[in-house]
Amino acid sequence: MTTILEMRSITKEFPGVKALSDVNLDVEQGEIHAICGENGAGKSTLMKVLSGVYPHGTYDGEIIYDGKPVQFGSINDSEREGIVIIHQELALVPYLSVAENIFLGNETSGFGGLIDWNKANHEAAKLLERVGLRENPTVPIAQLGVGKQQLIEIAKALSKEVRLLILDEPTAALNDNDSEHLLDLLRQLKAQGITSIIISHKLNEIAEIADRTTIIRDGRTIETIDMSDPTSTQDRIIRGMVGRDLEHRFPERSSDIGDVVLSVEDWTVHHPTQADRVVIDRASFTVRAGEVVGIAGLMGAGRTELAMSLFGRSYGRGISGRLVKDGKEIRLNSVAEAIEHGIAYATEDRKRYGLNLIEDVRRNISIAGLRKLAPRGWVNANEELKVADEYRANLNIKTPTVLSVVGKLSGGNQQKVVLSKWLYTDPDVLILDEPTRGIDVGAKFEIYTIINRMVAAGKAVVVISSELPELLGTCDRIYTLASGRITGQVDAAEATQERLMELMTVERDGPPGVGPTGVTETEPTAAATAAPASLQNTTKESLS
Amino acid sequence: MTAIAGVRDLVTRNLRSSGIVVAFVAIVALFSVLNENFLSPGNLTNIVLQYSYILILAIGMIMIIVAGQIDLSVGSVVALTGAVSAVLVIRHDMPWWVGVLAAIGVGLLVGAWQGFWVAFVGIPGFIVTLAGMLLFRGLTYLVLDNVSLSPFGKPYSDIANGFLNGLLGGYGFDVFTLVIFAIAVVGYAVSAWRSRRGRMDYQQAVESMPLFVLKIAAVAAVVMWFAWQLANSRGLPVVLIILAVLIIVYTLVTQKSVFGRHVYAIGGNLHAAELSGVKVRKVNFWIFVNMGFLAAIAGIVYSSRMNAAQPAAGNMFELDAIAACFIGGASTTGGVGRVQGAMIGGLIMAVMSNGMQLMGVGQATQQVVKGLVLLLAVAFDIWNKRRAAALR
Repeated sequence: MTTILEMRSITKEFPGVKALSDVNLDVEQGEIHAICGENGAGKSTLMKVLSGVYPHGTYDGEIIYDGKPVQFGSINDSEREGIVIIHQELALVPYLSVAENIFLGNETSGFGGLIDWNKANHEAAKLLERVGLRENPTVPIAQLGVGKQQLIEIAKALSKEVRLLILDEPTAALNDNDSEHLLDLLRQLKAQGITSIIISHKLNEIAEIADRTTIIRDGRTIETIDMSDPTSTQDRIIRGMVGRDLEHRFPERSSDIGDVVLSVEDWTVHHPTQADRVVIDRASFTVRAGEVVGIAGLMGAGRTELAMSLFGRSYGRGISGRLVKDGKEIRLNSVAEAIEHGIAYATEDRKRYGLNLIEDVRRNISIAGLRKLAPRGWVNANEELKVADEYRANLNIKTPTVLSVVGKLSGGNQQKVVLSKWLYTDPDVLILDEPTRGIDVGAKFEIYTIINRMVAAGKAVVVISSELPELLGTCDRIYTLASGRITGQVDAAEATQERLMELMTVERDGPPGVGPTGVTETEPTAAATAAPASLQNTTKESLS
Repeated sequence: MTAIAGVRDLVTRNLRSSGIVVAFVAIVALFSVLNENFLSPGNLTNIVLQYSYILILAIGMIMIIVAGQIDLSVGSVVALTGAVSAVLVIRHDMPWWVGVLAAIGVGLLVGAWQGFWVAFVGIPGFIVTLAGMLLFRGLTYLVLDNVSLSPFGKPYSDIANGFLNGLLGGYGFDVFTLVIFAIAVVGYAVSAWRSRRGRMDYQQAVESMPLFVLKIAAVAAVVMWFAWQLANSRGLPVVLIILAVLIIVYTLVTQKSVFGRHVYAIGGNLHAAELSGVKVRKVNFWIFVNMGFLAAIAGIVYSSRMNAAQPAAGNMFELDAIAACFIGGASTTGGVGRVQGAMIGGLIMAVMSNGMQLMGVGQATQQVVKGLVLLLAVAFDIWNKRRAAALR
């Protein structure tokens, strides 16, 4: 094995902050090298130094690539050497075709500077084959799912004759199937001699695919470990990342469960534009005071659609079913009404739907509960600032001041701002959609602690998550959702990932109320919860 | 802990707005050197009178722009409201206040019409108001039968051309004007003092006492100097009072009211605002109704100043109002912008036009210069923002 890349004592300073200090990274030819670290540890900065986004001269230290010192002035320089970086936010143009995207900025022009599209499409098809995609290269990117788009980014990298491929959180937005496919592809590329650097928060993924892992914390290299070594456990990586022992990834909690706060009965939702398509099919569930209820489901099962349709009909049309809160039926026709009735929903996509990124922390916290600050329509700005400061202290939001712009905070801190916003509305039921997506391990623990504090205060929390360990670690009870139907209800203490997965993959076809073959064990629950009468059985712990 | 913020910190924090103030002061200084009459009492009065309607339009426009929309129809609405008022007052001999009320009524209807299409049908404001620009211009021609109507006569034309003076006697200067301005300055000082006390009660950073006094004194000096110039000319223009009331009311609405916050939230992130309980449609509807109201006020002021209603009145006013907002630091993508910024942006345009007119610069050159100022102002703003981001 030869070393393809060596970054020696890289130091990068921003005004007032030392983002990287004395970082070393060795990557060997043909390996898959993982980089782990909390958000804000400096992983992305390091990759930007490597790819020339921060040009030579703006940092200290040396980069040796292929045995020669290199000085990249821009991304173009690094790409010429075969270093390609694929960012977390994909850089594809939605309305251009697959082929146009693949060759964007890299078009080979023929006679008279014109592009030969037949040739380009042919080349694109060959690249698509290499990444295992059978798509027509003339299809617009927007028609493909995010998993396929990720593969097209890789095809684009291959078109640049990549030798060192850098992937920043490639599977963050992918479901399990697509993630698996992507990891397979990385193995194939490895077999073809392409070296990869992968930045990821998903430790099980790293354990599965990486040859070696470098851990970065607070802008410093902690260690590089060989993943084939039996001591290289996930716990060791976590320890390195957070600098302390996380004995338990989930904080301890003793449940003190009260009465039913919210019950949803026969909730049916149709697709907003395709009126005959049922997205949520007669879903029924209950949440009790002081209880954390989980909703598990694969992508496309309708988790977010369920939550948003409950939250003042923010999603879907043709909604039917009953919503009973504290024993009284309520009808929520707008988000404002939902908030008034003590229901809050923290979105899975905080940047697009959760935060005003150009506004400061203070006003993001106050926006949903502004009426409380403005009894007569005029906002008490001093009180607002006080409230924001209180939440900053209570939820440990790491920001210089509450007047800082939210867009500049790390993912974990942004999520805490979202939670602050909803806590300030003083909800009885808080629905959290993927509360820890894209957040590092330390911040995750803090979010779980906040959830525990909320239920300890007698509130009811619904956690929607695609990470099963998270649901098992935080919830009292878990409902499973498949193709818009609640297919089961499991007591978290007795549930296993395997059992949840079985329930989450119950097939839709077949008459309702009849469980599919092969999952006989779950049949009673699936049948029971599909029928409205099952609501009386909320305390019955099924599947035991 | 009560922190005392330093000068440097204050300057950095207010860089966005102060940058444009610096530019404004520089332009005023430049013209006062180039032309000795520029700062004369009569000319200062003229600047206020000539550009008041653009400033009034810019107040409404800034709210529309902050919400992420645009209104291209305000010039036509100025013409239409003036025309309706003229038909009633001049052709039908109604009293002046009937004309004023009718103009405001038409303005509100126009706003509700455009607000309906934007908020409840979901057509972008650009399209709705582009249609409105043609529509209301056409209606103006119909209302006026394609001819100008004039004159309005005394009470109506005093709205834009009248002065309050001599109420407390004249001694070669108008005491009333000075008293009004003195009351305003004291009011400003008191409210600044109370806001400072409030901030200290909540343990927030405030500027040090000498700096605070210095700031108040500087504002008082500039304002009283301006008052002295007015008092030495024709007294207090009625328009200035209208404008001052509008600026104060709308500054409060945008900065302190729940409605104002919702406008900023929508412009910053529409989806997030919606999911935070902001009634986006309602807010969008009302900002267009409000724009219609202010366009009507501008229409009244303009027709009063011209003492006539003309079919082509208000042509291109929308662009001046939009330019004022962008020069004043509003963001083209919404969510950013302030009333005071738009006012300074409008004043920059006003001072530029007036200064060049005094120097006898031709219309053609004026257009070129104004175009360049718009471009440079926004470029300066972007540069300033990058610098501020780097300092952070």
